[in-house]
Amino acid sequence: MDWGYLFEVSLTGVMGGGLYALAGLAFVMVYKATRVVNLAIGEMLMAGGYLFFTFAAMWALPLWLAIPAAVLASGVLGAVIEQCMIRPLLGEPPISAFMVTIGLGSVLVGLVEMIWSADQRRLPDFMPTQAITIGEAFLAPKVFWGAVIAAVFIAAVLLVFRYWRGGVALRATASDQAAAYAVGINVPRVFSLSWVVSAMLAAVSGIIVGSIGGISSSMGVFGLTVLVVVIVGGLDSVLGALVAGLLVGLVEGLAGGYLGGEYKLLATFIVLVFILMVRPYGLFGTHEIERL
Amino acid sequence: MRIGTLKESYVADAALFDSRTQHVWLAIGAAALCLFPFLANDYWLYLACLVAINVASSAGLNILTGYTGLVSLGQAAFMGLGAYTVAILQLRWGTPLALNLLAAGVVAMLGGIVVGVPSLRVKGLYLAIVTIAATFIAHFLFANFDFTGGTTGLSMRPARVFGTDLDTSFRLYWLIVPVTVLMLFGAANLFRTRIGRAFIAIRDRDISAEVLGIALLRYKLLSFGLSSFYAGVAGGLFAYFFRVITPESFPLSMSIFFLAAIIVGGMGSTLGSILGAAFMTMVPELLKLIFDLLPGGADLTVFLAPVRLVIFGLLIIVFLVFEPLGLAEMWRRTRRFFHLWPFRN
Repeated sequence: MDWGYLFEVSLTGVMGGGLYALAGLAFVMVYKATRVVNLAIGEMLMAGGYLFFTFAAMWALPLWLAIPAAVLASGVLGAVIEQCMIRPLLGEPPISAFMVTIGLGSVLVGLVEMIWSADQRRLPDFMPTQAITIGEAFLAPKVFWGAVIAAVFIAAVLLVFRYWRGGVALRATASDQAAAYAVGINVPRVFSLSWVVSAMLAAVSGIIVGSIGGISSSMGVFGLTVLVVVIVGGLDSVLGALVAGLLVGLVEGLAGGYLGGEYKLLATFIVLVFILMVRPYGLFGTHEIERL
Repeated sequence: MRIGTLKESYVADAALFDSRTQHVWLAIGAAALCLFPFLANDYWLYLACLVAINVASSAGLNILTGYTGLVSLGQAAFMGLGAYTVAILQLRWGTPLALNLLAAGVVAMLGGIVVGVPSLRVKGLYLAIVTIAATFIAHFLFANFDFTGGTTGLSMRPARVFGTDLDTSFRLYWLIVPVTVLMLFGAANLFRTRIGRAFIAIRDRDISAEVLGIALLRYKLLSFGLSSFYAGVAGGLFAYFFRVITPESFPLSMSIFFLAAIIVGGMGSTLGSILGAAFMTMVPELLKLIFDLLPGGADLTVFLAPVRLVIFGLLIIVFLVFEPLGLAEMWRRTRRFFHLWPFRN
């Protein structure tokens, strides 16, 4: 048993899991507020990555301008999606909204291939490139800094939603829509807000994921793992998304390190099936009580 | 002109086809299906076979998702199971076609029952994601076992019936279309039986159904099993049709395709399965036709695949937002219009 290798693989996995946690947070935000399972989360990530690519590499904007521009543009995209596709389905069964996001994913992939072609592309480097060593373990610098950025964003989001009025409104809407209405919260606005914030968070993780592994139209596969993360954590639990993100990252790292890359997705899905059999609502999800 | 139907007994009310008009149309439809291969060229026959295979699989998914309300994104996995079963049986033991197809259905059915086991504990969207897992696990198994030929897959000989090789679309048509028609009748009939009605009860409110004495786990598993049986047979036909199967033949996007087909066609309607699968199979071909007609079409072919993706996604979105009941409902509205004409409906 090579403990050093185990440590290195686990650490890389957990750091990669930070990105899952961030994307999972984007997912949970929408689910909590609007009860929509966003199957297109991976494609929204991809959209963010490509917007950044356009601003930074094609229009040659400086990074401090390109990143916020990409994130803002993604926010606009989120607002458009909410207005055109999710709003008309209010009151329909949750399955309808779920399927609409499947359609959305397909549209986004098609648009990306149409505009930027299906080839893989590299994002401009913006992270330090010096290798990181923790104890004996070597870490790829991009993975490390990606995890750091993800952690900073997660912390920021948690703080913002603890203290900012909009965040409080969002949490209120999530826990009881009718009551939130009654105390004067503009619930439809909160719905839009949640999509905008989610799209922005997805864009941030898309930019990080893209700068680690490059961007391509098949990046949406990342979204499948994110989906596993939020289901394992429990769809409506922020804490669940964070814990499950790290857990799935770890499992994926171990599977990739010891069994080979093709086992990564298989391992995550086996974790998913296993956890759901034991806890049908995920690790921290709300157990819904059903009555006739 | 039919303006109404008079039913004098419960049997008449529950009949599969309740009026003379329907019988006439059915006869016309059957005649059209029989005449079609003699009039159409190879391209249209190829397309007809493809549509028939997709119709069979969609009809299966509609039993599960449309009638029982269990959303599944694993249909491609079950089709894959069926296709590999047929291929392996043919290549290893050279068993006859009918047996292979039946075995394909049964193997897929067993797979479906295994995937369906979580369905009692896990519901709705959680279940949909579990079925995605089925697709990936199946893909992994296909790609990593020796007897499935690994990533290169398997190539088959043409199917052989009474000493004739089914190696052209014309010949395959006579295998694929009758099997599909048979399965469609089976699906339509299912909902006149206790089992089918139990499925509908589960869809409408599963707890009420349980209170009414429907064993939830049993019927949910049955629904998964039946649906995968359809997928398996469709997968078997798929194997005979393309004769080369690889793990990549059954991607997640294929499962999404079938889900889209029943959304666009109409959930919980046999007619919907037919219309939806036919429509979704034809749209890409239509797009190709349009691209060929456009000036400078050669330069545009790189855009064909992405445009298909966009149109595919838009179809799902537009139908869900504007016509959630799908093409079947549009058809019903048209029919009602003619029944009631000249009165407003």
